[in-house]
Amino acid sequence: MENIIEFNNVSCSYEDVDGNKTPAVQGIDLRIKKGDYIAVLGHNGSGKSTFAKLCNAILLPDENMGTVIVNGINTVNDEQIFEIRQNVGMVFQNPDNQIVATIVEDDVAFGPENIGIEPSEIRRRVDDALTKVGMYEYRMSEPHKLSGGQKQRVAIAGIIAMQPNCIIFDESTSMLDPKGRQEVLSTIDYLNQELGITVVLITHYMDEAVRAKEIVVMNNGEVILKGTPREIFSNVEKLKLIGLDVPQVTEIAFELNKHGFNFSEGILTIDDFIREFKI
Amino acid sequence: MLKDITLGQYYPVKSVIHRIDPRVKILLLIIYLVTIFMADNFISLGFIMLTILFTVFLSKVPFKVILKSIKAIIFIVIFTSLINIFFNSSGNVLIEFGIIKITDSGIATAIFVAIRVFMFVVISSLLTYTTTPTNLTDAIEKLLSPLKVIRVDVHSVAMMMTIALRFIPTLIEEVDKITNAQKARGADMESGGIGKRIKSVIPILIPLFISSFRSASDLAFAMECRCYTGGHGRTRMRQLRMTRTDIYAAIFMFVVIACMIVLNHFASFAKI
Repeated sequence: MENIIEFNNVSCSYEDVDGNKTPAVQGIDLRIKKGDYIAVLGHNGSGKSTFAKLCNAILLPDENMGTVIVNGINTVNDEQIFEIRQNVGMVFQNPDNQIVATIVEDDVAFGPENIGIEPSEIRRRVDDALTKVGMYEYRMSEPHKLSGGQKQRVAIAGIIAMQPNCIIFDESTSMLDPKGRQEVLSTIDYLNQELGITVVLITHYMDEAVRAKEIVVMNNGEVILKGTPREIFSNVEKLKLIGLDVPQVTEIAFELNKHGFNFSEGILTIDDFIREFKI
Repeated sequence: MLKDITLGQYYPVKSVIHRIDPRVKILLLIIYLVTIFMADNFISLGFIMLTILFTVFLSKVPFKVILKSIKAIIFIVIFTSLINIFFNSSGNVLIEFGIIKITDSGIATAIFVAIRVFMFVVISSLLTYTTTPTNLTDAIEKLLSPLKVIRVDVHSVAMMMTIALRFIPTLIEEVDKITNAQKARGADMESGGIGKRIKSVIPILIPLFISSFRSASDLAFAMECRCYTGGHGRTRMRQLRMTRTDIYAAIFMFVVIACMIVLNHFASFAKI
C-alpha cells in the first residue's frame, strides 16, 4: 500500500532567543500507510506535538536533517504547502481555540472556503461532514453553547469537510470529560473504519492507544518502540522505565505472572484477561 | 452577571425584517438614523416613533427584549436630559434658584432629545436582534469592499470582527474561571472602597491577557492548518441575495422620508 506520510531520519530542533538549539525530535524514521490507525504515545516533552506539526508542514525538519514526504510531496516544498495541509488535517487539544466562526456550520465551512470551493459544493460537504460526526441537528447552534465533546466533533467536521486522507489528533481528548472523550473516540474509530481515513492519534492515555493498529512510543524526541498494541504492552518494564503506564489489566496480568500465574504477554482487554483466567 | 451583556444578541424568529438582506438593512439603518435627526418638531418625531414601533412589530421581537436594550442606556439619557434642563436658558423661566434656571423650552428639548436617543437605540438594536453576527460581518465586508481601492484589507477587518464576536463568550468563561481560582487563593474582590476594588481586578486581568495570547496563537495555528491565507482566492458558502423583501423595505424607507419632509414643512409651529 501507498505511504501517506514518510519520515526519513528526521530531526527538528527549537531555537531560543540566544540561538541555542534544543532538539525536539531526533532521527525519526517512520512510514504511515493509507488507512492506518496509529497511536503515538509519550509523556510531556517527548516530542509528540513536534512530530504532529512536522506532518503538515507547520514545522520543517532542520536543514539536511531528513525529509518528511506527505502523499509524495516534500514538506519543504513551499508552493504545495496547502495541498499538504488539505491532505493532512489536524485536530488540536483545546476545542475552544480552533473554532473560528460564531455558528457551527459556518465554522465547518471555513476550511473549504479557504481552498476556494464552489458555494453549492461547500454546502454539500458541510452537511455531509456534520452528519458523519453526528452534529447535523446542531448546525445552527453557537459553539459556546455546546459541550466539550460536541465542540471537538465540530472541529473534526471542519477537517473532514476538506476531505483529507489523514487526520492527526494532537491530544484531542485530553481536555474532555469521560463522556466527551468517548464521543470523540468513537467518531475517530468511525472515520478510520468506515471512511478509510488514516488516523494518527497522539495521546498519553494508554486505553486510547490500545484502539490503534499500531503504536509508536516516543521518549526524549526519539522513537523507542514500535509495534502492535500487544507487542508494545508486552514490554511492561521498559514502558515503566520511561515513566509510561500500561493498561490496568495488562499490569495486573504482569504482576500475577511474577507470582506463578501464566498469562500470555500483552493482555489488553478485560475480556482477554477473563478468557485466560478461566483456563 | 457578565453573561447578561446582550451585545448584539440575535433573536431567532422568522419575520420580514429578519429576511431583509443584511447589506440593505445596514444601509437602511443609516438612512433611518439620519431621518430621526431630520425631525425637528414633536409631530415629525411622533410620526417617526410610530414607524419605528411598526418596524419592531414586524420584526416579531418582543417589546420586553427591546426594553432590555433601552434599560442599558437609561442613565445616559437621564444625565443628558438633566443637563438640557439646567443649562438651556431660552424660553419662559419656570423655576429659578441661583444661576440655575429651568425653562419650558429647556424641558421640551430634554424630552425631545431623550425620545430621539431612545429611538436611536431601538432601531439600532433591531439590526443586531434580526441579523446573525455572521451575516452582519459578511455584509460589512461587502459594503466596505470599495475601500479595497485605497488598499484597506477589508477581509481582515471582517475576519477580526467575526473572531472577536466568537471569543466574547469564551473570554467571559475564562474570566469566571480565573476569578474563582483567585478567590480560592484568598483574593478579596467584594469588600473595600473603589480604589481597592479596582486594584483587585489586576490579578484577574493579567492571567486573562496571558491566556488570550495563548488562545490567539493556538487559533492562528488551527487556521493555518485549515489553509487560511487571507481573503485572496476565498469563496463563501453563504451567498447574500437581494429579494423582493428588500425592495419593499426600500419603498417603506422612501415613504417615511417623504412624509418626514412634508411634516417638517407643515408642522413648523411645533418646532423646538
